[in-house]
Amino acid sequence: MRRALYLLPVLLVAALFVFFRMALRADYDPHAVPSPLIDQPMPAFDLAGTDKRLSGDTLKGEVALVNFFASWCVPCRVEHPLLMRLAEEQHVPIYGIALKDKPQDTERYVAQMGNPYRRIGLDENGHVGIDFGITGVPETFVIDKSGHIRRHYGAPLTAEELRNDLEPLLRELARS
Amino acid sequence: MRALLLLLLLLVAATVQAVEPRERLADPALEARARALSKELRCLVCQNESIDESNADLAHDIRVLLRERIKAGDSDDEVRRFLVSRYGDFVLLKPPFEPATYALWFGPPLVLAVAGLAIALRLRRARTEPDAPPLSDTERQRLARLLEEEG
Repeated sequence: MRRALYLLPVLLVAALFVFFRMALRADYDPHAVPSPLIDQPMPAFDLAGTDKRLSGDTLKGEVALVNFFASWCVPCRVEHPLLMRLAEEQHVPIYGIALKDKPQDTERYVAQMGNPYRRIGLDENGHVGIDFGITGVPETFVIDKSGHIRRHYGAPLTAEELRNDLEPLLRELARS
Repeated sequence: MRALLLLLLLLVAATVQAVEPRERLADPALEARARALSKELRCLVCQNESIDESNADLAHDIRVLLRERIKAGDSDDEVRRFLVSRYGDFVLLKPPFEPATYALWFGPPLVLAVAGLAIALRLRRARTEPDAPPLSDTERQRLARLLEEEG
């Protein structure tokens, strides 16, 4: 019994190491805040657009991506080629919401970089962004056919995420 | 003198808030409620500051939104619920008391109780340990010899 007690610190340290190892996983982000909106209906919105208005009804009945971006946002430019690829290859409609951006800046941005969006809504005061619970740009939501949020990416999409997570999810949602 | 001035400036600096004059509500009672509320809400961008202290854009937006809602007649709880439904419990600097956070609330007192119990048991055992048996005759003789040698 006494002897066994001496093993206790060793076991505790071993448990601590397992815990540390778990926290060091490459896909673990301690700053990530899980969105409470997952599997909830998408917040209602109705925004003026660069062309036509963009509202929740626009997305009705289809699997779609909602991508918050802004012309002043540098990480959005990094993410942009992936969105272009996704729009071309996957045939998934991407709806853009320009956060706190001037309409003419948004228009110039997509004119220069290419436009992966089917429609672009203008959220000039950022209230729709707050309704979606975003903390910055870019952030991306996957919306299913019934208008529920199925996935939230709180950072620029990466090619890896696209391949390992987003594309399988889109295939699964398209079947349902 | 210069050190004193520096100290004074530092003290002043510590009380500076991020809340800008144009954000404030005209009604002092409502503004006080807004301030109290924004001190317990986390800024999601800096994560360890309240929105009352943070200069982040998002904190500013939420401060304004919070005041709009208070002006529209929302209770403090309604404002909190409004934000929690969008950002989750993480937006509250003080975590709520619910099954998911029991470990958080009960953990430290539990560890303290277990440690206290262990120490108490140990002390009691030390106190109730029987006195050493009396010296045998040979031991007493040896002791006397040793003492003599010393003297």
